Amino acid sequence: MKAIKIIETLNSEVNDKAFSRREAFNKGINLGLKGIFAAVPLAMLLKPTKTYAGTTSAVDVLNFALTLEYLESSFYTMGISSGIVPGSDMAVIAQISKHETSHVATLKAAISAAGGTPVMEPAFDFTAGGTFPDVFTNYATFLTLANAFEDTGVRAYKGQAPNLLGTDLLTAALDIHSVEARHASEIRRLRGQKGWISGNMTAGVPAAVYAGEDNVTQGGVDVTTVTTVSPAYVMECFDEPLTMDQVLAIAGPFIKS
Amino acid sequence: MKSENLQDRLQKIFAAPLKRKSFLKYTAVSGSVMMLGLEACHKDNNPGEPTTNPITDVGSGDAGILNFAYALEQLEAAFYIKVNSSFYTNISSDEQQILTDIMNHEVAHRDFFKAALGSSAIKTLTFDFSSIDFTSRAAVLGTAKALEDTGVSAYNGAGKYIQSADYLTLAGKIVSVEARHAAAIRDLLMPKTSSFAGDDVVDATSGLDYSRTPNGTDSTHPMSIVATANTFLTTKISATKLP
Repeated sequence: MKAIKIIETLNSEVNDKAFSRREAFNKGINLGLKGIFAAVPLAMLLKPTKTYAGTTSAVDVLNFALTLEYLESSFYTMGISSGIVPGSDMAVIAQISKHETSHVATLKAAISAAGGTPVMEPAFDFTAGGTFPDVFTNYATFLTLANAFEDTGVRAYKGQAPNLLGTDLLTAALDIHSVEARHASEIRRLRGQKGWISGNMTAGVPAAVYAGEDNVTQGGVDVTTVTTVSPAYVMECFDEPLTMDQVLAIAGPFIKS
Repeated sequence: MKSENLQDRLQKIFAAPLKRKSFLKYTAVSGSVMMLGLEACHKDNNPGEPTTNPITDVGSGDAGILNFAYALEQLEAAFYIKVNSSFYTNISSDEQQILTDIMNHEVAHRDFFKAALGSSAIKTLTFDFSSIDFTSRAAVLGTAKALEDTGVSAYNGAGKYIQSADYLTLAGKIVSVEARHAAAIRDLLMPKTSSFAGDDVVDATSGLDYSRTPNGTDSTHPMSIVATANTFLTTKISATKLP
């Protein structure tokens, strides 16, 4: 059942690109560039190659995660080579870079072990077609995108956890998920933000990254009605998931081919 | 309004006389981090100690895991309430803001679990933090770091035993916030170093955070999470039906 759902999701991305684009823009993801989504074949990269019952879903989830890890890994590698990371922050950025590179290798191994084929690394354009032209010349822009990628990564893994329910792959995914959250906290604080997401405050990050983060209803309970803690804190203390489609819409502009 | 509520909470949680136990008599700084690795053996091997409270078992299945999480959130909330009741000496405004935020997050987590579990919820636990010198920055932040890292590994480790996709998502919503806390606390202790996601807690080769089951131990963690929690609990917990 879950496998079918994922395949349908992926197929709808492949077959109905125009709709996906429109939907993405309607959700306010317009980064100021027209046609940016047209060049995004991310769903093609994620096209299921195996149809073994019980494994397709997990492999697709991991390939989706691998694509995001390629993006992060490449981003930090390029950031460090560009020379814009100040010495005072280098220990932090280098540690994150090390983890993202490790995550790529870990996920590749997990995908192969699960009988799947790891997707190839796409080519990236971290200016997103010119939306962030100074990403590797202006450290503030670099950190803004790092913030966006880390918080998106946290939400992406969270959104896929149910598709790995009850498996050891879930544990691996959760163990990466919390590392991304550590990264997100640190990057946010380097930017002078709180380590946690305050409602859907964007601080220069594309709004889609925080869509729905102002939710206060958890497990059917409006948490604001069962605690004396203020609603702002209730929003902060639960991170929200993103669907695969939402994540693809955010990551898409940075993927060239 | 909020300070009144805080007062209420403080009174409720700390009104009961603290039972100082011999094994908890540790000095200030070592008390924080060291005790998490060492003290279980004292406690567990002390059957002669009078039991004033029956052990609370968290139960089995998803309710057991959620109650286990509820116990840890009760512990974290109580700790940060105590931290916030009188901050350590020379605390910076940044640190104060972080510790206030975290207290509110943990209290909301605790209250959420209590409401969500309803009649299945374990009772309100009582705590003994007498081993911690709350006037010491190193002791407070060292304990906070240990609690947050433990929370992260506990949620990560429990994940695969959760049967309901909805509960799994809920746990996921909380664990990443705990990881954000852990990174922030670690950064306060060792600013702008690799410590926020240090090699001591994130495997340097795989890039994976730790995951631990409630009763599991390993060479890095000779003491289980349940045993660690019990060092701070006057009402002990067990998780006999969980891994």
